[in-house]
Amino acid sequence: MKKLLTGTALALAAFATGAAAESHGMATSACLITKTDTNPFFVKMKEGATAKAEELGIELKSFAGKVDGDHETQVQAIETCIADGAKGILLTASDTSSIVPAVQQARDAGILVIALDTPLNPIDSADATFATDNFLAGELIGKWAAAKLGDEAANAKIAMLDLGVSQPTVGVLRDQGFLQGFGIDLGDPNKWGDEEDERIVGNDVTAGNEEGGRKAMENLLAKDPMINVVYTINEPAAAGAYEALKSIGRENDVLIVSVDGGCPGVQNVADGVIGATSQQYPLLMASKGIEAIAAWAKDGVKPQPTEGKDFFDTGVSLVTDEPVDGVESISVAEGTERCWG
Amino acid sequence: MSETASKGQDYESSLSRATSSVAEFERRKGLVPKIRGALHSTPALVPLIVLVLSIVVFGILLGSKFFSPFALTLILQQVQIVGIVAAAQSLVILTAGIDLSVGAIMVLSSVVMGQFTFRYGIPAPVSILCGLACGTLMGFINGWLVAKVKLPPFIVTLGMWQIVLATNFLYSANETIRAQEIEAQAPLLQFFGTVIALGGARLTYGAIFMLLLFLFLAYMLNQTAWGRHVYAVGDDKESAELSGIEANKVLISVYMASGLICAFAGWALVGRIGSVSPTSGQLANIESITAVVIGGISLFGGRGAVMGSLFGALIVGVFTLGLRLLGADAQWTYLLIGVLIIGAVAVDQWIRKASA
Repeated sequence: MKKLLTGTALALAAFATGAAAESHGMATSACLITKTDTNPFFVKMKEGATAKAEELGIELKSFAGKVDGDHETQVQAIETCIADGAKGILLTASDTSSIVPAVQQARDAGILVIALDTPLNPIDSADATFATDNFLAGELIGKWAAAKLGDEAANAKIAMLDLGVSQPTVGVLRDQGFLQGFGIDLGDPNKWGDEEDERIVGNDVTAGNEEGGRKAMENLLAKDPMINVVYTINEPAAAGAYEALKSIGRENDVLIVSVDGGCPGVQNVADGVIGATSQQYPLLMASKGIEAIAAWAKDGVKPQPTEGKDFFDTGVSLVTDEPVDGVESISVAEGTERCWG
Repeated sequence: MSETASKGQDYESSLSRATSSVAEFERRKGLVPKIRGALHSTPALVPLIVLVLSIVVFGILLGSKFFSPFALTLILQQVQIVGIVAAAQSLVILTAGIDLSVGAIMVLSSVVMGQFTFRYGIPAPVSILCGLACGTLMGFINGWLVAKVKLPPFIVTLGMWQIVLATNFLYSANETIRAQEIEAQAPLLQFFGTVIALGGARLTYGAIFMLLLFLFLAYMLNQTAWGRHVYAVGDDKESAELSGIEANKVLISVYMASGLICAFAGWALVGRIGSVSPTSGQLANIESITAVVIGGISLFGGRGAVMGSLFGALIVGVFTLGLRLLGADAQWTYLLIGVLIIGAVAVDQWIRKASA
């Protein structure tokens, strides 16, 4: 019995090494690990990566956490990719600090690790980061809102609809960018809610969905019903906030701005629900990431960050049909062409 | 012989010194046991007192900002979804079960209503009926697995939670149907969002539906045979069966009712957020259990009043809005709700001793 087991184990091991060796010889393989496979943003990311991988003849395996924040599954995915002999990993981390040791393990195994969308903590834990400049995304809508209000900006009453109480970096960057763009002094730029400006009515959290957006807006309206500027973390939250405003008949005299550039969101800009939104490009992040892995597999060249930044900036555009002086923007029509989800 | 006979018949003579009153429970004297007894006989009283106290405290702290018809009816609007789901959860918990799939059933039902209307062009009233049927069917599967296959409710609904949520994402492709489109083509889907304004007070049909639902369930549970059977099955399924109750039928009916109510919550959800969004309501299972526990319904079944869950949901709503108006960090809300949950169970245990 013991002999049989040992024999089987040996045979399996030989088979496994053989298979692994074969896959090494066959093609470059890459992994894409996202937070979830249900969020349209990550769906689009996967589409972009798959298309590029096919074009370059790279074998792509996709993994995703079960829910946002599912760190455990992501670690398992990295381990699977190491065992699989992948050349590169594209990773959108759920837990930006805790994932670092697993990422280090992969890099030690000679795998190129690129963080997509969400920088790791610290950012240089990955070989490169391909992401939207979230601070800039916030700054664009902040500048737009201030210019739109003109002199009234000095008396604005602003509601801040943020992501979550844990203050994830993406949410903080957008929030602080907006405030800076609007001309409000930041307290600690790494955290929201410590600003002293009288114009801010308050912050509330939305979890980035419609339900949370509506509730947060109602809470802040109860605090001050004369709110006239609403910053939202993303477009579903903005849609929820709009419903709250509509229920008290104020939907037409409040300026809502947002970030993301998903197709329903851009459509909401067209319909006047949202004044302006900053659009990001998940498809580009993923396809650039696959290109970088291909280059790494071929010549061992690592991707370089955008000049003056510690990550590769995949760009952001302000989408609005009401452009203002001094803030570059694209039309809704153009935004619709480039939208995702 | 006569001596023994008279002695034998003499056994009652000692009774002359005994008390002549009828057997009764021993009443403990003093205020505390009295209060405890009162609370024991009306289980919804504790959450009601906490609710009134918290409204008074926030009213004093915040004045008219909080203690206005606008703010107070706003709380009703904000808790309507959790409230409706908590009604469903209460029924299941009364049978000593737990339903972890409530939020998922709610979302899937709303997605069915939306997608049937917009993907297949089915008229909205029919789509809504399909959505309600979908929720009831999910409930039936839960109930069948619990009653007939004899699986623990926790396991069954844990599995169903994942199955239903995955079905929801696969079926909808996580696509949001925008509020503008629904308003233009199928306003009936937003029916529960209709607002009735009375002065500063603003009530939605959804909030009114929630209140009527609780009154209806309170009537059903207290005044009908079915209601007493639900309590009996929750208290002790075997003795309920021995006394002639068809426990399995009662269980299945409870889970079906829960599924149906969740589907109504899904309809109300569309009214509240305007759009059909597959990512909504993912925490509804935990929030509904929170409301039920704060409302004083025993997790071990067979004890508590359904109105308590309404008060439980409202307490959470009052705390959330009150603390936000005070400008407190949102974390404080979670912290205090945690304290409330533990406090509620502690009070429940203390009251229980009134009968011990």
